[in-house]
Amino acid sequence: MIYCQFMEATGAEIVVRCLAEEGVEFVFGYPGGAVLNIYDEIFKQNKFKHVLVRHEQAAVHAADAYARATGRVGVALVTSGPGVTNAVTGIATAYMDSIPIVVVTGQVPTPAIGLDAFQEVDTVGITRPCVKHNFLVKDVKDLAVTMKKAFIIAATGRPGPVVVDVPKDVTAHLTEFDYPATVEMRSYNPVVKGHSGQLKRAVQMLLEAKRPMIYAGGGVVLGDASPQLAELTRLLGFPVTNTLMGLGGYPATDKQNLGMLGMHGTYEANMAMQHCDVLLAVGARFDDRVIGNPAHFAREQRRIIHVDIDPSSISKRVKVDVPIVGDVQNVLTDMLALLKQAKEKPDAAALNAWWTQIELWRSRNCLKYNQNSPIIKPQYVVEKLWEVTKGDAFITSDVGQHQMWAAQYYKFDKPRRWINSGGLGTMGVGLPYAMGVQLAHPDAQVACITGESSIQMCIQELSTCKQYRIPIKVVTLNNRYMGMVRQWQEFFYGSRYAESYMESLPDFVKLAEAYGHVGMRIDKPGDVEAALKEAFSPALKERLVFMDFQTDQTENVFPMVEGGKGLSEMILAEEL
Amino acid sequence: MRHIISLLMENEAGALSRVAGLFSARAYNIESLTVAPTEDATLSRMTIVTTGSEDVIEQITKQLNKLVDVIKVMDLTDGLHIERELMLVKVKAVGAGREEMKRTADIFRGRIIDVTDATYTIELTGTGSKLDAFLEAIDPAFIIETVRTGASGIGRGERSLKV
Ligand SMILES: Cc1cc2nc3c(=O)[nH]c(=O)nc-3n(C[C@H](O)[C@H](O)[C@H](O)COP(=O)(O)OP(=O)(O)OC[C@H]3O[C@@H](n4cnc5c(N)ncnc54)[C@H](O)[C@@H]3O)c2cc1C
Ligand SMILES: Cc1ncc(C[n+]2csc(CCOP(=O)(O)OP(=O)(O)O)c2C)c(N)n1
Ligand SMILES: [Mg+2]
Repeated sequence: MIYCQFMEATGAEIVVRCLAEEGVEFVFGYPGGAVLNIYDEIFKQNKFKHVLVRHEQAAVHAADAYARATGRVGVALVTSGPGVTNAVTGIATAYMDSIPIVVVTGQVPTPAIGLDAFQEVDTVGITRPCVKHNFLVKDVKDLAVTMKKAFIIAATGRPGPVVVDVPKDVTAHLTEFDYPATVEMRSYNPVVKGHSGQLKRAVQMLLEAKRPMIYAGGGVVLGDASPQLAELTRLLGFPVTNTLMGLGGYPATDKQNLGMLGMHGTYEANMAMQHCDVLLAVGARFDDRVIGNPAHFAREQRRIIHVDIDPSSISKRVKVDVPIVGDVQNVLTDMLALLKQAKEKPDAAALNAWWTQIELWRSRNCLKYNQNSPIIKPQYVVEKLWEVTKGDAFITSDVGQHQMWAAQYYKFDKPRRWINSGGLGTMGVGLPYAMGVQLAHPDAQVACITGESSIQMCIQELSTCKQYRIPIKVVTLNNRYMGMVRQWQEFFYGSRYAESYMESLPDFVKLAEAYGHVGMRIDKPGDVEAALKEAFSPALKERLVFMDFQTDQTENVFPMVEGGKGLSEMILAEEL
Repeated sequence: MRHIISLLMENEAGALSRVAGLFSARAYNIESLTVAPTEDATLSRMTIVTTGSEDVIEQITKQLNKLVDVIKVMDLTDGLHIERELMLVKVKAVGAGREEMKRTADIFRGRIIDVTDATYTIELTGTGSKLDAFLEAIDPAFIIETVRTGASGIGRGERSLKV
């Protein structure tokens, strides 16, 4: 697109033109006084579509999901004051999972800043701890360059949210508009190439391994390195596990994949993690939900190679032997080249013995559950969803037990298909996440697996879905409990279920209908499959379908590593 | 262990709060923090004195480097370096104590920069521990007021922190 360069433009026009220049498809937002000039410019353009949400939190979540599902920067626009404070949960959610988004926030006019003006908050101060970077633009001349920096910073290195706070008077001021193709920042130059000496040491270590393990996290998905990970894993013949954020980074249905690890990981993944002698960690950050008690983890001797683009992720919670700072795609490509050149091959006999051990662990079949229950088992719904969607849907989830069952029973074979809040664990993301994903992929099947508690935290977005005809399928695993909380209370608080029940629930069928959608209530296991098939049938392709599955209230998530326990000290379903 | 970390960052509004916020958010210790622009007005130079285990100090330097506005970080304590702090002390200076106070200040190479009948204001520079030693050498009952700048540091010899 060609704009007449060097013509004067207002700050508001500049914001809109920058977004167009960046090739932004959707801006998720909500208007208000401080951003009215910007909205007026949005009204006059047709380069991108504005999606009006019903709460600013959802605008940021939807932009975040758009980014997760496409790998491109998501964009949200909110007004000053309450617009910003509502957005903070969304920003913090994106920050914890390293998701690239740019949030443009309105601010009171520069002369009013600091005077407790109407709808004034210190946006840069409030968001500082939960952004990768933020800017307050005080001079319209800096606006275009700042927008460019925001997009660069959000998308490169370890991705993350960037806030650009624009005072109202700046949106009215005039300057020449010239959007730079790129901006150099002397203070910001992420390392992307791995150190060659470290790479050689790593490859040597991998070839010497007797009980190797590959632990792949969200960085593989964020860095679009699934093909390289698959090639490396297959070439070496090593077992691999994914974190919650890494699901789909390596195909779940592949034999070499031991499933998710961690607090609710599989028995085989956790045992292999604990007992391996060489661990290759790629784009994973040794989270406390993943390795359990670090002292217990350190009891077994193992050498660790850690690939991460963020040096501060390395040796933060677990000391590693070979740190490799760099982009996972680059580093794995270099490793593959070295491996192919190497004369040595992995120790086949040792690897055989290791796989025999792993298969023994796998034969515990830790994810089995009662298939003959007269009440709907939540795991069964997820398994059927996987079958009905042929394992090829985009799945978003909320936070709780249903999230874990989604992670355990929907086998993700492709990256960017599993969209959830891992780091902050934000209830309420599921529905706005599904909106962002469906808008990004209009022809794809998109399902939101949620709980009756989580869904109510952003339920207002059913209205947005109506307005934009977003045909997502909501799969509510309704156990009439904040199940995850109830599970902890059952295990650790003598079954005293303090405030973890959900009373006075709405009639979700009627609620869905009130918003103009299709509602279904499913009570019997025998009806699960038919309901899902109907929801995904051509007849309902254009409609949002809200499925309210009445599931077993007492079901718990297994395996489980209790807080403070070691990774190999899991509670399994059969033990209770 | 006590570490002196020096850093150069963009001299932008809010730069100091990014660093201070990082230390409080991650529960790192700050003994002192000094900051001022350099000969290049677009740069700020900061000296942070902190304590922590080697692991914590490693995280501190990594987290500081990660701040988008930070250009360079150096742990001065990793090599030879000079540390200086400025202290202004107002003390009672009456009777026999007046002469004694002047002598003690001389021993520590302090300068008396303001005088009244009853007080001296003494300027001292040195390492933090030298300043501590001065305060211990005089009778605490004589101290009216102390002001310290916190440490500034620089590498010895060729060692330097430049863009
Ligand atoms: C109820 C609940 C239960 C949970 N239970 C579990 C569980 O059982 N198991 C589990 O795994 N998680 C669980 N989690 C999630 C957990 O809290 C963490 O969010 C998750 O484990 C972190 O995943 P990760 O290590 O892959 O890191 P991410 O948060 O995905 O971080 C990615 C890492 O990759 C790096 N990176 C990014 N881009 C690149 C690149 N291009 N190149 C190289 N490196 C890059 C980043 O610097 C970062 O270190 C749970 C969450 C909730 C809410
Ligand atoms: C915003 C927010 N508040 C509180 C929590 C703590 N929390 C985690 S899971 C959960 C219960 C979720 O209940 P539901 O959505 O019904 O899912 P279930 O566990 O029953 O599947 C709660 C309250 C949270 N993660 N997020
Ligand atoms: Mg529930």
